[in-house]
Amino acid sequence: MQNKKIYSRLFVVPAFVLYTILFILPVLGGLYYSFTNWSAMKPTITFIGLDNYKEIFFSSGSYLKSIYHTLSFTLYTVVFKLGIGLVLALLLNEGLKTKKVLRTVFFLPYMLSPLIIGIIFISILGPDGPLNMVLRFIGLDHLTHSWLTEKNVVLGSTMGVEIWRMVGWNMVIILAGLQTISKSYYEAASLDGAGRWKQFTQITIPFLMPTLMIAMILNMIHGLRVFEIIYALTNGGPGDLTEVINTQVYKEFSMGRYGMSNALSMVAFIFTLMIAYLIKLVSSREEAAS
Amino acid sequence: MRQKPLLLIMKEAMTWLLALSILGPLSLIVVNSLKTATEANTVTMNLPLKLQWVNYMEAFEGGSLLHSFFNSLLMSSVSAAISILVTSMAAFVLVRNRDRWNKMIYNYFFLGLVAPLNYVTTIKVLQALHLQNTFPGIILVFATLGIPFAVFLFYGFISSVPTELDEAAIIDGCGLGRLFFNVVFPLLMPVTITGFILNFLGAWNDFVTPLYLLNKQDKLGMINAIYNYFGVHFNEWNMIFTIIVLTVLPVLFLYLIGQKYIISGMVSGSLKG
Repeated sequence: MQNKKIYSRLFVVPAFVLYTILFILPVLGGLYYSFTNWSAMKPTITFIGLDNYKEIFFSSGSYLKSIYHTLSFTLYTVVFKLGIGLVLALLLNEGLKTKKVLRTVFFLPYMLSPLIIGIIFISILGPDGPLNMVLRFIGLDHLTHSWLTEKNVVLGSTMGVEIWRMVGWNMVIILAGLQTISKSYYEAASLDGAGRWKQFTQITIPFLMPTLMIAMILNMIHGLRVFEIIYALTNGGPGDLTEVINTQVYKEFSMGRYGMSNALSMVAFIFTLMIAYLIKLVSSREEAAS
Repeated sequence: MRQKPLLLIMKEAMTWLLALSILGPLSLIVVNSLKTATEANTVTMNLPLKLQWVNYMEAFEGGSLLHSFFNSLLMSSVSAAISILVTSMAAFVLVRNRDRWNKMIYNYFFLGLVAPLNYVTTIKVLQALHLQNTFPGIILVFATLGIPFAVFLFYGFISSVPTELDEAAIIDGCGLGRLFFNVVFPLLMPVTITGFILNFLGAWNDFVTPLYLLNKQDKLGMINAIYNYFGVHFNEWNMIFTIIVLTVLPVLFLYLIGQKYIISGMVSGSLKG
């Protein structure tokens, strides 16, 4: 059609205005205020340059630890979410009779508020809670822990809960990717005498790669944003053992140190931007390939 | 690939064993919500001695739970409706006229899929608009949070709607408003349902946004009310779980009837990424 004039940009205005005022403006504002000492305790806001960032990266406080925890939380959860999600997707893709019910069950945790999941797992992970009872019941007494208070396991426990929540989501995404692979490839490979393992490494994995990449990137974004699970389970404790960037952002906010809170948000934002750049790289490579 | 039936049965059994790790914790909530306070003091998988349906009656006493329920319902449904309306309109124009500006606008919306919202400065913006601690304020924020993904969702779907209908409607003298609302919008039903459910659930389950932006006890929704209840009644697991069950029921209902739409939305988000 020649005349595109009818598609007036007026139709974009409501969404554009809402998004600009309530999303972009706060993000840009956050950048600005991260260079200030904006605080509930001070009458004026002064520009202090990089001081907040210096404090984050060079002070002996918990800030650097929270960044480290966030990154390792992201790394470990991404690996396990994808790995377990892949195994489940492969199992369900085998033509199980109860595939639909199983898919419904595994995806269910993703439908629940992370905060509720956190509260539920406080009861499950207690010293006398159901998890330890199950471990004792099957004779694995030495594996029992006080999951939410012991120094060496507590961060791992929060990761476990997050993995539990997101495995089904990964399974669904990967399952959809698996279903885009044409059956004819497998039939041809069988005729050529390729075994199941060879079919898996030579057909399934290469064709699944784009899906796995996207799922990985989305998982990384979820990981960097972690807040509710940890806020509910441990609130960053004991001590600062499970402190992550977003729990610190909230703590600074509640103490009225808004400038610092914004600077920490920016650090998380910068990591996310790096991932966004990764998306761009991946998608442009795919376009070049197709 | 034909497989031996025995192998298939073993795989099925194994997958169900794994599914127990999901079903176990969830049934734990239901079982313990039906116990007395002393029974549920330590959360176990033992069945209650006597089913305490009275917990569910008690949860509604005083009316504050029902109040939070309607707060949640109001905030989630209105914000989802706003989000769907503004994004479907925007996506329609962005798809139909892909000039340089519109492509830039699309990328601008896309940014919101990766960037996290800055809550601290959002408070300042809401203050300036005199919307702080009000329903309109939080509803608009919820709606905005849904915009990037919904634009993306509608954009993909509208791309597959043929333009012939547009042309016929324009020849019949339709303006943009009638063309979109009378001709195109009815065709978008599947993706509208997907978008509505996802936005609704997003707002219903959101704990962080009200934590920062809604500093009024009487305006809180279910999720934040549960957290506050949990803070005070730390060891009353029977009542905590009762309230959790009541909060999750509407979600479960939406999930079971709308599963097809929810999963197609999730999948389109990742495959077209």
